[in-house]
Amino acid sequence: MAKPYVRRVPAAWWLKKPAYVKFMLREWSSVFIAVYCVILLVMLARLKAGPEAYHGFLAALRSPGWLLFHLMALLFAIYHSVTWFHATPKAMAPRLGEERVPPALLVAAHYLVWLVLSAGLIWFVLGR
Amino acid sequence: MAKSNEVVWWSLFSAGGVVAALLVPALLFITGIALPFLGPVAYETLQSLAAHPLSRLLLFAVIALSLLHWAHRFRHTLIDMGLRRGGVVIACLCYGTALVGTVVAAYLVITL
Repeated sequence: MAKPYVRRVPAAWWLKKPAYVKFMLREWSSVFIAVYCVILLVMLARLKAGPEAYHGFLAALRSPGWLLFHLMALLFAIYHSVTWFHATPKAMAPRLGEERVPPALLVAAHYLVWLVLSAGLIWFVLGR
Repeated sequence: MAKSNEVVWWSLFSAGGVVAALLVPALLFITGIALPFLGPVAYETLQSLAAHPLSRLLLFAVIALSLLHWAHRFRHTLIDMGLRRGGVVIACLCYGTALVGTVVAAYLVITL
């Protein structure tokens, strides 16, 4: 019995179509988010260590390199959010009795929750 | 065996995806841009904000679930980029890293 033929896929397959590129960007957004989580862990450790450590941490974040990272990470995080919200109706289609909830409504609800939570967090930490 | 594990990691990936989508952008803006550049919050204020039980829970949930989300997504990205079956090594590295991060997050959040 012959071995099944596995076609070789070129490494740059995802550069062939814009849709593939967007897919890859979406997947790689998780890397930026993960790196940010590590930074957040460092911040918590510094916060635990006292005021000097905390201010030292903030001073380090003021470098152009870290600013650039955070700006890029923010863009990628927002891209993750947007693509996630728009994928949700495809992943799950909740019903209200007989009718399916219209996808646009589901997506809009996500945006609303996102807005409320984000505003709440920002006010909670920065606005007092 | 791999198929039955997949469900666990995929569920964590899903949960992490939702949590990250809803909370990471704001947190990122706060800690990466606002605090360093738009005027820092006093140490005592931030420390007591973070030490609140709900904050601890939120921070743990965001960090742990986002890392677990990354692990599953990145493992599959590596496979999509040509590492084929990927093997147990890649899976262990990805999920292992995320689990280490989860433990560290738990420790920091508890001892804050």
